[in-house]
Amino acid sequence: MKPPPFSYHDPQTVSEAVRLLGSLDNAKLLAGGQSLMPMLNFRFVLPDHVIDLNRVEGLSYIRESGDTLEIGAMTRQRDLEFSGTVRARWPIMHEALLQVGHRQTRNRGTIGGSLCHLDPAAELVTLATAYDATVTVVGPNGQREIAFADFPAAYMAPSIELNELVTAVRFPRWSPNHSYAFIEFSRRHGDFAITSAAVLLEAEGAGKITRASVTLGGVGTAPTRAREVEQAIVGEVASPELFRAACESCRKLEALDDVHAPASYRQHLAAVLSRRALEKAHARLAEPAGARVH
Amino acid sequence: MGEKRKIALTVNGRRYEDEVEVRVTLADFVRGQLGLTGTHLGCEHGVCGACTILFDGMSARSCLMLAVQADGHELLTVEGIAPSPDELHPLQQAFHEHHGLQCGYCTPGILTTLIEFLRDNPDPTEKEVRIALSGNLCRCTGYQNIVTATLAAAQKLKDSPEPKWPQGAQLQGAAPSP
Repeated sequence: MKPPPFSYHDPQTVSEAVRLLGSLDNAKLLAGGQSLMPMLNFRFVLPDHVIDLNRVEGLSYIRESGDTLEIGAMTRQRDLEFSGTVRARWPIMHEALLQVGHRQTRNRGTIGGSLCHLDPAAELVTLATAYDATVTVVGPNGQREIAFADFPAAYMAPSIELNELVTAVRFPRWSPNHSYAFIEFSRRHGDFAITSAAVLLEAEGAGKITRASVTLGGVGTAPTRAREVEQAIVGEVASPELFRAACESCRKLEALDDVHAPASYRQHLAAVLSRRALEKAHARLAEPAGARVH
Repeated sequence: MGEKRKIALTVNGRRYEDEVEVRVTLADFVRGQLGLTGTHLGCEHGVCGACTILFDGMSARSCLMLAVQADGHELLTVEGIAPSPDELHPLQQAFHEHHGLQCGYCTPGILTTLIEFLRDNPDPTEKEVRIALSGNLCRCTGYQNIVTATLAAAQKLKDSPEPKWPQGAQLQGAAPSP
């Protein structure tokens, strides 16, 4: 349980990091270390070079501009958890973060690291899917943007080149009256979810649903938008029957089958958790917008 | 031998300068090179919490950090919690009084975790204590006395005119703007 030998680099700027990434073979980027370090300790990865991003300047910030929240890739989960901006206008992120690991891991773990590790059960990955977030990537040829729907290339593999690194992610804002819920099922507090559900909801009063985002984490090889559920409820008046009927379609989602749970159990959880998250979000619509920040 | 680097850091208020192989984890450095073996290693992959230390006043799994990353930073390990060699911190005293140690293996990580927790939540509920402890595995499987000790320590710290936190328990650096 010791990391294998490697060369260590701790660049101070993004351009220096990009240059190292482009010139070194078999290099790994080290962000918060909450995924890479266990993999190094187990020797699941054997990099020749580790490029530590912790001393790179300008990658840790939370910036609200207009209708967008821009988060620097090296921003710690802790900083997002304690951000008043996040809690007031992206409250689902606060709710989700409290279910990310533990205080000890959130103090170190970063949003960029979480998105690039791309565990399909990770809360922040699920939220980026729910919000159609936009990822900013920098490489030797400059900067480009990736819509989060296109970000997962395969299971736990982001669609970025070996010489590129993620510098920021942007989350659009929903209306000030929107409601939300993030719930997950895991065996122990702080574990990765077997399945999670993220719901964003806008409605006329507490009645007709005008906009919905329903996302399931931990089910497929990447978090999945439950489009069938969204289509079935938008334009309808919310009711327990509506949610129950709509969420049944989640039983058809393609699901992982592994040591933690068989596919059929994940599909069952997808149907149950999406319904519960919709009910929770809908109940919150009845509260004044300010009180929805829990 | 692999690539090495010189690092300088403060641990429990004392400054150390040393040379370390870049692949060495902070936990192994603290134990093997600084001789502070109070920090325990359980799983070595970030699950059990036994190796928890405070890094710039924030709890972290020292098995998930490299020693080179601690260059220029301040650490608190379990050895730094007691105010003097013959005096216990109120948190340690409460663990002693309420039999919160049991076999003692997970205790260093639990104490460092709780120093941060009680600093930030001086008046916790039992549920909050249990959530705070959820990242620390006790395989004696008895959290009851640990929780009782924590709540007793919170009360004692609340009643003391100026709760004393060890050197290295202060939060360093500000979080990025709201």
